Amino acid sequence: MKRKLVVLLGLALCLFVALGASAKTYTIGFAQTGGNEGAWRDAETASVNAAAKDMGINLKFVDGQEKQEVQIAALRSFIAQGVDGILLAPVVATGWDEVLQECKQANIPVVLLDRGIQTSDDSLYVCKITSDFVQEGKRVGEWLSKKMGGKATIAELEGTPGADPAIMRQKGFAEGIASYPGMKIVLSQTGNFNAADGKQVMEAFLKANSRINAVFAQNDDMAMGAIQAIQEAGKRPGKDIVVVSIDGTRPAFEAMAKGTLNAVCECNPLLGKIGFETLIGAINGQTYPKWVIQTDGLYEASQAKAALPTRKY
Amino acid sequence: MPEADPILSMRRISKSFPGVHALDKVDFALQRGEVRALMGENGAGKSTLIKVMTGVEERDEGRIFLDGREIDPHSPHEAQELGISTVYQEVNLIPTLTVAENIFLGRQPTSMGSLDWKKMNSSAVAALDRLNLELNVKRLLSDYSLAVQQMVAIARAVDVSAKMLILDEPTSSLSVEEVEQLFAVMRMLKAEGLGIVFVTHFLDQVFDISDTITVLRGGQLVGNFVTASTTRVQLIATMMGKELKELERGPARVASPDAPGAESLIEIKGLARKGSIEPFDLRLNKGEVLGLAGLLGAGRTEIANLLFGIDKAEQGNVSIEGEETNISSPRKAIAEGFALCPEDRKSAGIIGDLSIRENIFLALQASKGWFRLISRKTQQEIAERYITMLSISTPDADKKIKELSGGNQQKAIVARWLALHPRFLILDEPTRGIDVGAKMEIQNLILSLSREGISILFISSELSEVVRCSQRVAVLRDHVKIGEMSGDQIDESAIMHYIAEGAR
Amino acid sequence: MKASKFKRFMSQGNVGKLMWSVLALALLLVFNALFTPVIFNMKIMDGHLFGSLIDILNRATPVMLMGIGMTLVIATGGIDISVGSVSAVSGSFTTVLLVVYGLPLAYCIVVGLAVATFLGFWNGFLVARVGVQPIVATLIMLALARGIATLFAGGQTILFSNRAYEFIANGFLFGLPFPITIVAVVFVGTALLTRKTALGLFVESVGCNPVASRYSGINVRSIKWAVYVFTAFCAGMAGLINTSNIKVADVTRSGEGLELDAILAVVIGGTSLDGGKFSLAGTIIGALVMQTLTTTILTRGMPVEFTRVIKALVVVLIILIQSESFRKRMRNLVWRKAHEVAS
Repeated sequence: MKRKLVVLLGLALCLFVALGASAKTYTIGFAQTGGNEGAWRDAETASVNAAAKDMGINLKFVDGQEKQEVQIAALRSFIAQGVDGILLAPVVATGWDEVLQECKQANIPVVLLDRGIQTSDDSLYVCKITSDFVQEGKRVGEWLSKKMGGKATIAELEGTPGADPAIMRQKGFAEGIASYPGMKIVLSQTGNFNAADGKQVMEAFLKANSRINAVFAQNDDMAMGAIQAIQEAGKRPGKDIVVVSIDGTRPAFEAMAKGTLNAVCECNPLLGKIGFETLIGAINGQTYPKWVIQTDGLYEASQAKAALPTRKY
Repeated sequence: MPEADPILSMRRISKSFPGVHALDKVDFALQRGEVRALMGENGAGKSTLIKVMTGVEERDEGRIFLDGREIDPHSPHEAQELGISTVYQEVNLIPTLTVAENIFLGRQPTSMGSLDWKKMNSSAVAALDRLNLELNVKRLLSDYSLAVQQMVAIARAVDVSAKMLILDEPTSSLSVEEVEQLFAVMRMLKAEGLGIVFVTHFLDQVFDISDTITVLRGGQLVGNFVTASTTRVQLIATMMGKELKELERGPARVASPDAPGAESLIEIKGLARKGSIEPFDLRLNKGEVLGLAGLLGAGRTEIANLLFGIDKAEQGNVSIEGEETNISSPRKAIAEGFALCPEDRKSAGIIGDLSIRENIFLALQASKGWFRLISRKTQQEIAERYITMLSISTPDADKKIKELSGGNQQKAIVARWLALHPRFLILDEPTRGIDVGAKMEIQNLILSLSREGISILFISSELSEVVRCSQRVAVLRDHVKIGEMSGDQIDESAIMHYIAEGAR
Repeated sequence: MKASKFKRFMSQGNVGKLMWSVLALALLLVFNALFTPVIFNMKIMDGHLFGSLIDILNRATPVMLMGIGMTLVIATGGIDISVGSVSAVSGSFTTVLLVVYGLPLAYCIVVGLAVATFLGFWNGFLVARVGVQPIVATLIMLALARGIATLFAGGQTILFSNRAYEFIANGFLFGLPFPITIVAVVFVGTALLTRKTALGLFVESVGCNPVASRYSGINVRSIKWAVYVFTAFCAGMAGLINTSNIKVADVTRSGEGLELDAILAVVIGGTSLDGGKFSLAGTIIGALVMQTLTTTILTRGMPVEFTRVIKALVVVLIILIQSESFRKRMRNLVWRKAHEVAS
């Protein structure tokens, strides 16, 4: 008798869930890294919030304060609250197995946002949605090669030594120019992903080699510094020296509109919509490749003016 | 000592540190069942000898025998294994652990790889029982008084098959009753045949508990005594390096400090600070040299520090020319026309990296404030005046002061204070560690300054200086001012008898 | 006779040590003359000097400013590791007040410098009054000041476009970048303040022996307090230059790690971390040595992996050469070797 009741109840529950799937409001937890990482991450958070509003999702947001233990606690509270799915922007790469196992047992799918993790069991999460840093570098490299007609004297401003994006973007850029023997990187130094160092490095480069006619900055901040250094050396950035960079921040678009920056490959932080779509798909049983690549658009100076008003970050 | 078979015997131990002969061919022996007091003034070499004994310091030369076997301990741990146990002045146990844990710290009994609490606690009870001590060994050490903690430290030390025990100033923070308690334990251990080395600077305690006494002075062994047949005067004379025959004369009588016609400058009433000096009265007349006599640590420097505002008095008051004044800092003292030439020349006197000139005009500049710098020309004049006046031997005033000899450094510091034209000058051991010639010069300077009307408080361990320079002497013992003498009454033996016997 | 006179001269004050840092700078320049001659190219552009040497002077100015303050702090036996963060505070306040609140620039700058200076006042309070160890007190400020700077800017990097503000780092006076004028004024002012009054003597005295200084009637507490206030003021000015330079208040990155450069500049300049005698000129030279090294590495385009190692090695070498005991040991070694060869 008792057993029958349980089965019946279970059936009813299944029915309820199945019916609810089409019209129901999803409750989704988002564990952000938190802390202060600047405009890019703010834009990501904003995009998640906006997408939740658009899609009628009940969002539970937790700021991770740049601490893994805070994020783990957030995941457990999501489980306790019985959310339908979880978005996680992991602060670190390791140490997630246990809590993800708990999510799996609770039947809550987890989608990783903008960073990957290392785990022995791939089935613990649906997929990661990130940009492909190598691809970004490669696209910029290819664009520059075409723009310069396959022949240029290039100065490269590297990111913080050892940082993942710095290594990957450098690799990608090298691939992008590989098929053009006339494209030569003559000077390469770290500008630590910031404008002040970018300016100082470019200043020295310009004095060391007067034939430099192209600059690849691994992020926008360094490009902004480099543009100032070029101007102060009496040359015209964007014309005498072609400048390209990666990230696609608002200042970069403003610079393109002014013609001092030639092209930028965006590293899109607006992951909200794709994140939710993937998650809802997974809730409804769809499967995804482990790495969903966020397609990053490449913008040229000519497109900048039109794109500028819509830039969110 | 004629007795054969000592537990410990040390022969011709020498140890020097840069610039100091801490120990110079010192012999030392300790018998079974003997309490041997180790005495000497600060810096005499007591603690260095203890450190060599316990392996804290390596000796430069000499040999150590324990039970007839030559030993060479390299660490306190090694010494303890050999049977030499030490209890230091500050109890170095851990107050937040239990009594039993403290006794067995680092050598806890284990059974099957885990701590055997039962055994540890019962062994601790046994160890304390040996000292006739009954404590709850499961309570925290901090629950017990300092004296009991000291006993626990001893229990810990003697538990491991100790042959001898070294007690380094164990009584300095104990009350009279607590000292008695400690002595009872010492007598018990002595009866068991342990040898005890007892370091202290309390004369009374030495005569209470010790069988024999070893006296060091300036790193050298200056005497071994059997306590029962030794007088205090004899002991003090040895510690101070005086001939006994100088002391054969009888003790002096104390006279009233007031000389007729004297004009008072400073009047001190009931000034005191706990732990440094008991309440005392003192007055100082204009142009008078007042000597402070007493063993090191008797409270002389403490008086100087109170008067100069380095330490704050907790009670009593100071009047200058009849007006009550609160001297709360050296700056205030200087503003009142006080000057202090401190005891520790190196840490409180010289500014090593600055030149002689800068050292000399520093206090004068400080009294004038930071904004108006004394002109280079005036600086030079002042420096040269005092270099000549005090015959400081240096090629010029711009040499760094640390490159001068001790005596010349001292003279430069005196110059710093003379440049202020003080009305009251405190000289704390101005002649220590300087050669005889320089000593005479400073003594003569004291006399001539006093003739100019400057009042001087003169502190010195060398009684002959005090006697020679002072018009009046205040005598201190164990942080208490025990009396004054003036004029013809002042002589060395009188002062020593006074210190030895007191006049309470 | 002449030799001994020279020796005396060398051992006097910090003249000897200063000479060693000048020597290090000269050696670096000689190296460049041989291997990176492009550094000496100089031309006149738009009525001002243009070339790597000017860059070196210009880029060294923030570290010089912080170093001038740091010299005094170190001379009192202290240290201030918060200058980098404090510099971000002045940049943050000045820029936010200018851009977000639209206040007049002069007002913004005064407030920015005042806030930075106040943080130094707090450092001084902790060190001189409460008795917190300088490294601990300023470590707290290192984190706190960065937080304040970020908070006030709302975690954003703030761009500005203001000719006068940009002039601070990008303008020219007497054909030289304007920051050089700022440093010259601060340097001369500080030198006068410390050497024409008794402050320098008191600072050295406190650093060398605080106990004896107190006994001599020096207000040790006030001296210690004052140097932290002054250093924060210097850091504040450095922050304005940094911000003006890139026309952005980059609150999370601005001034990052500059405290270490400033300390190194002081040490290379011959002021001992133990406190005591100090040399402001030495610190200026020290900052120039560091910047010359950086610019050399950048100009030569050395591989990124090696730049930090090269920098570290050169700095260690300079400091070793300055050490008297090291020189003595090397002399003995050489002398012994020569002897062995001879016999």
